Amino acid sequence: MSGQISNLTEGKKILDVQGLTKHFEITKGIVKRVAGHVRAVDDVNLYVKAGETLSIVGESGCGKTTLGRCIVRAIEPTRGQVNLLVDDKWVDLTSLKGKELRAARRHFHMIFQDPYSSLDPRMTVLDIVKEPLVYNKLAQGNEARDIVLETLKVVGLEENHLRRYPHAFSGGQRQRIGIARSLVCNPQLIVCDESVSALDVSIQAQILNLLKDLQRDLNLSYIFIAHDLAVVEHISDRLAVMYVGKIVELANSDEIFSHPRHPYTEALLSAVPQPDPTRKSERIILPGEVANPANPPSGCYFHPRCLYATEECRKETPQWREVAPEHYVACHHADQLQLKGMI
Amino acid sequence: MTNRLEIKNLKSFFFLDEGVVKAVNGVDITVGDQETIGVIGESGCGKSVMAQSILRLVQPPGEIVKGTAVLKRKDGTEVDIFSFEPNSADLRSIRGNDIAMVFQEPMTAFSPVYTIGHQISEMVALHTSLSRNEIREHVIRLLNRVGISNPAQRFDEYPHQLSGGMRQRAMIALALSCNPKIVLADEPTTALDVTIQAQILDLMKELQREEDMSIVYITHNMAVIAETVDRVYVMYLGQVVESTTTEELFANPLHPYTQRLVRSIPRPGQRVDKLEVISGTVPIPMDLSPQCGFFSRCPEAIAGQCNKMMPALTEKEEGHFVRCFLYSQETEQDDEWTNI
Repeated sequence: MSGQISNLTEGKKILDVQGLTKHFEITKGIVKRVAGHVRAVDDVNLYVKAGETLSIVGESGCGKTTLGRCIVRAIEPTRGQVNLLVDDKWVDLTSLKGKELRAARRHFHMIFQDPYSSLDPRMTVLDIVKEPLVYNKLAQGNEARDIVLETLKVVGLEENHLRRYPHAFSGGQRQRIGIARSLVCNPQLIVCDESVSALDVSIQAQILNLLKDLQRDLNLSYIFIAHDLAVVEHISDRLAVMYVGKIVELANSDEIFSHPRHPYTEALLSAVPQPDPTRKSERIILPGEVANPANPPSGCYFHPRCLYATEECRKETPQWREVAPEHYVACHHADQLQLKGMI
Repeated sequence: MTNRLEIKNLKSFFFLDEGVVKAVNGVDITVGDQETIGVIGESGCGKSVMAQSILRLVQPPGEIVKGTAVLKRKDGTEVDIFSFEPNSADLRSIRGNDIAMVFQEPMTAFSPVYTIGHQISEMVALHTSLSRNEIREHVIRLLNRVGISNPAQRFDEYPHQLSGGMRQRAMIALALSCNPKIVLADEPTTALDVTIQAQILDLMKELQREEDMSIVYITHNMAVIAETVDRVYVMYLGQVVESTTTEELFANPLHPYTQRLVRSIPRPGQRVDKLEVISGTVPIPMDLSPQCGFFSRCPEAIAGQCNKMMPALTEKEEGHFVRCFLYSQETEQDDEWTNI
């Protein structure tokens, strides 16, 4: 385990996100007057190295899906940079337009949550998986078919599946089709948005193993967006915790699970039910609900629910700082607090 | 009868043009006083149809073809729920009053065109003879009880105005409004975040203690089972394949399916390189022949036995039941529904 991690620290960065922000406008009335902003993603900095998995966790509405979508430019970020290493050159995806953007798209791909609605019911598996190849003019005809077949075998599907339609497959198999489609152009980065949440436990384990195998064999990088922390702990190398549009903590996954530095991370970890009836964990029940990103509280967004909040937290926004090597946190009291991890 | 609810040999089938789907195929479940039991299984194993059968909510082409469900009512009388006419007054007096249900998706379970207060009041009005003002007071007290802030204002709000956690709390308030003795909770926290899930599970536990309720959790989440229930039924393909206490199930699972299910979940703090998987998928429960349902996925299957006969649910150790030929040679008794 430790060997694997030290390799990863040496791996080079392939994605560098700087100050990424997405504000949705709230409009009112006939003239669409801007009445406010939902700060879905607020000044996010992160990077991903080759061959590693960065997970993004947080409660619903914290902006993790919006962040993932901004990175692949499925929605336009308000400002910030998304730098991707393409053929050893840094390209800022946010500055690309039209043809250039389309050409860059084959280097990253997304796997969606719901394997039932993310595949076109009127296309065969061959057409679904082939589409990115044809679109990017990478292969055609029989050549494309051969590549598709090879990719399907990698994800555990067979030749006789090629001509079938999505409805003929189970949830796990559909998710494999989605994975095949994302792999077919040989991308470096795959954004998995809740890719295993809709699957049963036994199928979930199959897909998680498949994702891990693919990563090892193809040196893929994943951004894994999820809310199930047990799954996240299993798959990720590094972990980012999001709260109301901001990343509040980012570090090596083992480090966060054993020594969280942000009170929100601590509460989130303690709320995870454990599959072990002999272990009765001390749950921290957070009072209230996630803050409204259209009208966030003053200072630290987490202070109304935080057990350790002080006057300073109510007034000042905490700085994003490195408290230990590669351990970033946004909390005024990160140095003094002794927080409990999960392991 | 010492138990609050005893279900024996429940069979709910769906008669489709393509064949007969044996969604629930001979299930026995007992619910004791103030007991929390869990029914666990993957999608398609029949756990939701089982819960709907208890309240007679199965719609055609589905039908309860066999079984008894003896319920000890609040007044102490014992009745068989399955003996009532569908939509009879007797049945309506049980639903919500003796047995209530908490559904998975509170957004679809509530009607979007009526206020939360109106929908809860409706149930109270049906089962009690309180006046309108008394009902309103009662419902506001309930909303407060389940931790909804500012209940008088929330009473007049529509479901879309509440957050997911709030809506699930309102759902629980609805289920509790007539002091039922049994609550069936079908995936009550699946749609919620972990922090909200923790709040809801704690709330249910607290209410159970104070209101003298028995709870049946129906879920696919092993971790929720481990933390909340006393006794577990593992369902596979319409049947109970194993049942025992929660501690025993996690420490000493007997059925090959349960063993793999317990090992296939990622455990925080015990990172493994590869998760154990159960190969294949759950078969479609259509036109099942009498054989062990897990046969096609079971690495320990005995050819010639497991694919020819249906094992019976037998008591291997005290209170620990398992349906597998590895432990007993007993086979399930055939009845008139076995070979259709």
